[in-house]
Amino acid sequence: MQSNLNNDMVLELLQKQFGEAIITADTPYDLLTIEVSPSSCYDIIAWIKDEPTLAIAYLTNLGGVHYPQNEGRELAVVYHLHSLTNNFRIRIKTFLSIENPSIASIVAIHNGANWMERETFDFYGIQFEGHPNLVRILNEDSMDYFPMRKEYHLEDETREDKDDRFFGR
Amino acid sequence: MIASSEDNLPGMKIEKLHEEIYVGRSNDTIDGDISTLNLGPTHPATHGIFQNVLKVDGEKILSSEQTVGYIHRAFEKLAERRPFNQITPITDRLNYCSSPINNMGWHMTVEKLIGAEVPKRVDYMRVIIMELARIADHLVCNSVIGVDTGALTGFTYVFQQREKIYELYEEVCGARLTTNIGRIGGFERDFSPAFHQKLNDFLKEFPKVFNEFDALLSRNRIFMDRTIGAGPISAQRALDYSFAGPNLRAAGVDYDVRVMNPYSSYEDFDFIVPVGTQGDTYDRFQVRQEEIRQSLRIIEQAYKNLPEGDYKADIPEFYLPPKEAVYNNMEALIYHFKIVMGETPIPVGEVYHSVEGGNGELGYYLISDGGRSPYRLQFRRPCFIYYQAYPEMITGQCISDAVLTLSSLNVIAGELDA
Repeated sequence: MQSNLNNDMVLELLQKQFGEAIITADTPYDLLTIEVSPSSCYDIIAWIKDEPTLAIAYLTNLGGVHYPQNEGRELAVVYHLHSLTNNFRIRIKTFLSIENPSIASIVAIHNGANWMERETFDFYGIQFEGHPNLVRILNEDSMDYFPMRKEYHLEDETREDKDDRFFGR
Repeated sequence: MIASSEDNLPGMKIEKLHEEIYVGRSNDTIDGDISTLNLGPTHPATHGIFQNVLKVDGEKILSSEQTVGYIHRAFEKLAERRPFNQITPITDRLNYCSSPINNMGWHMTVEKLIGAEVPKRVDYMRVIIMELARIADHLVCNSVIGVDTGALTGFTYVFQQREKIYELYEEVCGARLTTNIGRIGGFERDFSPAFHQKLNDFLKEFPKVFNEFDALLSRNRIFMDRTIGAGPISAQRALDYSFAGPNLRAAGVDYDVRVMNPYSSYEDFDFIVPVGTQGDTYDRFQVRQEEIRQSLRIIEQAYKNLPEGDYKADIPEFYLPPKEAVYNNMEALIYHFKIVMGETPIPVGEVYHSVEGGNGELGYYLISDGGRSPYRLQFRRPCFIYYQAYPEMITGQCISDAVLTLSSLNVIAGELDA
């Protein structure tokens, strides 16, 4: 199915509407990827859903990424959204500091975000403000750390018989 | 395809049903005596480890609370330390009813990242295997719906055909359930003569068996009475919950990744995307039945037009050379060494690729920092996303309907918990 929208068109519309809130834009592998400020993330996702020319109303995926080297913006939340009527996909990223990783929950816009946000909280410790029930989902409740963060290595750090160069990262 | 209009169905209209569920439930208690029932985590009717704490009034469910994560195996974390080709066995264990789709989705994701072009023959071979996997997946789901309504015959009957599909996998990769089928860039070998023989036999035999199975249930009075109106969801709610695959299509939305964003040459094939109207158990059953027929059509087209060519892409830096070449040829030895020791340069970038899995859009979000394993790999697991709608779907229904709803959603524990 051909898309009625193209990356430039959507980016132009978004920049016209939100201006400074859109920090960077790129199209890796032909998927429009925008980085937005955490404070405007909710509004942008709500707007692209309701804007009739875009109708990007299907939340495909939501997840976190940890970049320990990015000082002040260590944690990323990545949204993949899809317009089923226009067959157009977009990726929205926003970066948070690890001291206070907090962002508005989008459950009010997309119901399906409920568990996806819980999972992201569970593994990265990102607080979704306004989430109806932000508790751990896949890990056990008594866990006191966020296991997908990069400081938790899969293998015992003291092992010397396995060299990272030969056995993965 | 199920009914031209809602009036033809003996089931209630969605709006009416919802009204009955959400509006009428408070003043419609038997004696006001509400009890708590633990359905699961290990209950034979749930086909997997799912816990639901139900508040019930007699037989009627008033609310439900789910616990998931019993078989969480931290695949996303594991993937961050594994070379790309060693992630394929992880994907096996997501939706283990249709492992080949998961495997090939992952291969295609990596091919997209490294920019590899695969020959047309590989595309068609993949389509044949993936559609066989879809048939196996839907057969399990639909026959289990039969079991949950009390019809064991269909289940034991079609499992013989699923066995045939597993034998076909075996001819291609040597494994049956957790297949690890194919390689990045194609297949490890071409289809063998035994595969061709078995596939021809299957294509001849399966439609007859399938029609018998269909005749057992599709228009069966008892089956229809049990499934129509059980666990319904409207198209709008299904979209809100990011449903995908047969469950979304049963609610009436014709979203299919194979059509929307064709991959692996799906645009070459002629097939129909079936949709339902009510989004209830019967519609989900019928959508899967029709998809099995369409999958057969796709396999027949792909097999008839199977192009000549190589069964693998020409990407020596990622595809292991044959052993004879490694022992006799310097270049092959170097490539073998580079692949095994992880010396192959991998592009830096982010890709999202999705395939139509057994349960809908199965996505792979891969972030590569140039290392030999992904910096981050996230699976979009359709089961995990739509299972959260389960309490809403069973509220106001009977416990037996809740069991049916669970099996008709085809919630696979492996995919749910990753």
